[in-house]
Amino acid sequence: MTGLTRLLRTTAFRFSLVYFCLFAAAAGAAVGYIYWRTSVLLSAQLEDAIQAEIRNLDQQYRRGGLEGLQRAIVERSATAGNSLYLVADAEGRHLGGNLKSVSEELWNSTGRVAFFYRRTVDEQVEQRFAFAVIFRLPNGYRLVVGRDIEDRREFGEVVRSALLWTLAGMAVVGLGGGILIGRSLLRRIETMTETSRTIMAGDLSRRIPLTGTDDEFDRLAVSLNEMLRRIEELIAGFKEVSDNIAHDLKTPLSRLRNRVETALRDQTGAQTYREALQATIEDADELIKTFDALLSIARLEAGAAHSADERFDLAAVVTDVCELYEPLAEERGIRLELKPAETTIVEGKRELIAQAVANILDNAIKYGTNGLARPKPNLEKISVSLAPLRERADIIVADSGPGIPAHDRERVLKRFVRLEASRSLPGSGLGLSLAAAVARLHGGSLTLSDNQPGLKATLSLPRWVGAPENNR
Amino acid sequence: MRVLVVEDDVKAASYLANALRESGHTSELATDGETGLNLAQTDHFDVLVLDRMLPRLDGLSIVETLRREGNRTPVLILSALGAVDDRVAGLRAGGDDYLTKPYAFSELLARIEALARRSSPEEASPKYVVGDLVLDRLAHKVMRGGEPIVVQPREYRLLEYLMKNAGQVVTRTMLLEHVWDYHFDPQTNVIDVHISRLRAKIDKNYERPLLHTVRGAGYMIRDGAD
Repeated sequence: MTGLTRLLRTTAFRFSLVYFCLFAAAAGAAVGYIYWRTSVLLSAQLEDAIQAEIRNLDQQYRRGGLEGLQRAIVERSATAGNSLYLVADAEGRHLGGNLKSVSEELWNSTGRVAFFYRRTVDEQVEQRFAFAVIFRLPNGYRLVVGRDIEDRREFGEVVRSALLWTLAGMAVVGLGGGILIGRSLLRRIETMTETSRTIMAGDLSRRIPLTGTDDEFDRLAVSLNEMLRRIEELIAGFKEVSDNIAHDLKTPLSRLRNRVETALRDQTGAQTYREALQATIEDADELIKTFDALLSIARLEAGAAHSADERFDLAAVVTDVCELYEPLAEERGIRLELKPAETTIVEGKRELIAQAVANILDNAIKYGTNGLARPKPNLEKISVSLAPLRERADIIVADSGPGIPAHDRERVLKRFVRLEASRSLPGSGLGLSLAAAVARLHGGSLTLSDNQPGLKATLSLPRWVGAPENNR
Repeated sequence: MRVLVVEDDVKAASYLANALRESGHTSELATDGETGLNLAQTDHFDVLVLDRMLPRLDGLSIVETLRREGNRTPVLILSALGAVDDRVAGLRAGGDDYLTKPYAFSELLARIEALARRSSPEEASPKYVVGDLVLDRLAHKVMRGGEPIVVQPREYRLLEYLMKNAGQVVTRTMLLEHVWDYHFDPQTNVIDVHISRLRAKIDKNYERPLLHTVRGAGYMIRDGAD
């Protein structure tokens, strides 16, 4: 029963019900109007014919009196066709005419009347419908002049029943069709509802099945599936980030805690305490740094860096950052090679772009070496170049280290993602994420590729194209 | 040195007052903006430390009012915000330095001391001298014990900033801000390497080291034993 109620409640069924009612009303109105106009026309013709006959008989009566009338009627009754006549005396005796008798009721009325009469055709008595005008003549005589309109009545009947049957047929087809369409739609919707319930229950991998007909439901399902895929991806990302936050913050926190505990247990005194406290401060600073970076990334991703944009030379920023990092690279036995670049104006946040370049360089210096314990001077090389293209400017930082396997390149741009090989080295796993977020904020991108050997990081930013009408 | 702290977080303010007392300074505390402005207008302080968000009157309005009245007391603005533009807004309102919460006391102290010194007249001195180390700002030259030392332009600016704040702790963040004009913390401590390069030039061949590392805080250049 609930299945039926659900079916009757479907939009498709309601649509067909409403549609059927509207269509029936329109069809009924059209047929009714035609019927009405036809009967008006027919009635007028009938009236005209009867009036003409009456005028004619009136002349006969005036000229020949009752007898003349009687004669004319007898004459006409012989070739009557559809016309009906009757002349009778005050007692109702039939004096002439093809109408044998009239009912009592009819006898006592005058003017226009519609009535049934009996007629014998081929020894069969049949009842027929007629319309007549009844006159009272002097001496109580009656004259009835009429027409048999049985055919017309039958025609009316036929039209009426045809209309009813048609409507009934339409009702069956329309509502039945509504139910059928409703059922098939209901099945499609039910599948979607069921899928979404499963997903709500926690199975994020479920997808809405497609029928392969590429109809609107399939298209809806495709976009819903795409949305589900994206949500699943985001949730997986969230989970990864929170797992990583938990892990990456827990490790230094417990190290910090253990150091304090060890120091407390130590009896040697002030010097030990001081050292432990110093180390604790350093650890806490690292934690704060990590949180700052997380906050910055979140802010950048929300697009909330509302500081004003400025126009500046990207080449100068790259040179500055390289100069900042050059001693660090040298200390680690890496030759930092900056290829000379021409002035390249970009519009954006200088500070953030400098930070992004710094992080990429930082990453290259930290992880872009082959990890020799005692690196020979200038054995490793990191080359930094700025390539001004037509609409973009690419800052390319290429190292000759171990590189990153292709399938991990996208991943390392995510928050806290650190590859196994680098887990033992210091770092928050946020540097490249921040650089990527800065790139996105400026409508650019950060891509990692193979430098054969090594890693090539390309920070691509849109170039500022001067306003030509604003020549200064 | 006398410091006015305007901060509505009483706990944070009393920590700060303690830290100031321990480093030999005195401090007054106001917990809302109006009282803070009143104190700053009627009393003399060497440095003002203003929280940016305060009940009744915010930190930026206090600075603006004071500057309009011709009060030039150095102001350090504290803020829990911290995007680049917040700092810009703070400095534009008339603040002299800007620090984001949570901050390290050593950082705040170093900055307060640098601010107090900045307002003193010796700022414009053409020569900085620490022991036998001389930085001649007119000739753009560095000498120690009468011998010239060749330094790179950036090393010169690094040394100049350190010597300008001689005898005071200068944090890594302060160096990044004043020598490189960067307001972010690099992932790796790049400043330390720059310092050791500079140290190799000015200290390595001399008996008495002048450039000292202050653990957990930063660096200090001074003549004398540590």
